[in-house]
Amino acid sequence: MKLSSRHLLGLEGMSKEELSLILDTAVSFREILDRPIKKVPPLQGKTVVNLFFESSTRTRISFELAERRLSADVVSFTTAASSVSKGETLKDTARNIEAMKIDMVVIRHAAPGSAHFLSRVVAANVINAGDGAHEHPTQGLLDMYTLREKFGSLEGLRVCIVGDILHSRVARSNIYGLSTMGAQVSVCGPETLIPREIEKLGLTVYHRLEDVIPHVDALNVLRIQLERQKSGFFPSLREYHRYFGVTKEKVDRASIPIIIMHPGPINRDVELSADLADSDHSVILQQVTNGVAIRMAVLYLLGTSN
Amino acid sequence: MFCAIDLRSSMSSGVRESFCLALHLLLSGLPSYTDWRLSHFEEVQMKKNKVIDSAGFRRTVNRLAHEVVERNKGTENVAVVGIRTRGEFLAQRIAKKIEEIEGKAIQVGTLDITLYRDDLRGRLDQPHLKSTEILFDVTGKVIVLVDDVLFTGRTIRAALNALTDLGRPALIELLVLIDRGHRELPIKADFVGKSIPTSLKEEIKVLMSETDGEDCVFLNHIDDQSSGNRVEGGTAR
Repeated sequence: MKLSSRHLLGLEGMSKEELSLILDTAVSFREILDRPIKKVPPLQGKTVVNLFFESSTRTRISFELAERRLSADVVSFTTAASSVSKGETLKDTARNIEAMKIDMVVIRHAAPGSAHFLSRVVAANVINAGDGAHEHPTQGLLDMYTLREKFGSLEGLRVCIVGDILHSRVARSNIYGLSTMGAQVSVCGPETLIPREIEKLGLTVYHRLEDVIPHVDALNVLRIQLERQKSGFFPSLREYHRYFGVTKEKVDRASIPIIIMHPGPINRDVELSADLADSDHSVILQQVTNGVAIRMAVLYLLGTSN
Repeated sequence: MFCAIDLRSSMSSGVRESFCLALHLLLSGLPSYTDWRLSHFEEVQMKKNKVIDSAGFRRTVNRLAHEVVERNKGTENVAVVGIRTRGEFLAQRIAKKIEEIEGKAIQVGTLDITLYRDDLRGRLDQPHLKSTEILFDVTGKVIVLVDDVLFTGRTIRAALNALTDLGRPALIELLVLIDRGHRELPIKADFVGKSIPTSLKEEIKVLMSETDGEDCVFLNHIDDQSSGNRVEGGTAR
């Protein structure tokens, strides 16, 4: 069993078997992260370039750690210190870097489809680390891994994604991945932040947190992108927090303990209350740890297949 | 002929092939070669040859367990680590027997060497990665590394690297059920169940009840048409 594609561009269209292969492989890598020596040799001699055209702390460090723990040689690149500021196109940047003989590219870019585009112009394996509002496959995978670790299986699991679905690549990857694995996915948020006709993906749409909390096992709370707050999607942060902010008080009304996930970075007391983020409900830090294991699994599966 | 086999194993496959051909040509006139070919023919007919049955399997495991206890003067500080898949079950059997002999528990672990293989990238089928389950600290311990068949030694090389990445054992000993020869690396076992000299056209198949429903070892002849033709070609000349 191996992945059908040489690239990881998104979770849309991936089979249940492929997703399971990545999740199963990540279990082995998760164990390595608890060892005193957290390094194994399968990508020895491979060179990975991290192309981050958008700011990122967690994802970039997570990818870099994953690459180094697989013994790959790593070059990281951020927009500020590059020729992009001199007006070079993505294609030229990528092809120039490829001319330096690299094996894999991890790309984060504000333009949806940038990873697809890159996979057509370079020969290296391409991993999408977030392309605009399209997909963020490794985040989707690590959310699925964390849920599976917590509940044992994703089949029939009730997961609600709360917040700004419209601008969220994390939401899309979660919806595709979780649906394929047999989970029941719903979304909840103000009408302005839910894409039209999203129910055609087979989801239930809620506009009141109180309606959804009694019917879920886990909430995946998305970050409110503060930079979009002025564009009029909702009246004020205070009002958003009152209606869609996930708080301990709201979650405690459920009959079963609900698991709280968040892709980070958290706006405390906006989409998620501080006491809940630090409570036993939260698996946010487990998500971060699992992220390294998931990225190691993806890099390993793509980097060692012929 | 055994000398020829030893030489072959130490050469690259291309050199090995041409060397074999030369050898066949050289030896085809000698009576001893004809004799060898006859026995070889019988072997082909036999195909499946059970070299250890379930009773023999049990006795061999018992002896190996006793040898481990004897060599280490007990089981103080000793742990058993099996290499997936059959080494894992063999390690558990050995550990169970040692516990019976010594009357106290011994730590057992399982090592997955997939990430340390030297053929990881050359393979078309991607080996399925499983977990290493060693729940104790290997540093300072005497580790009895267990595998079913010792062949080229490459698996053991990978296992030694994997093991030393987990810590610094005081001593690593190697226990194998079958040593079939043809080493490609300077590796030697401390405890051997049975030494079976083989040709490269044979395979050793270890079956264990955990995975295969019974305990036994087969020596099979591989039906390789191309290599068979090569022998025939040698005869024709």
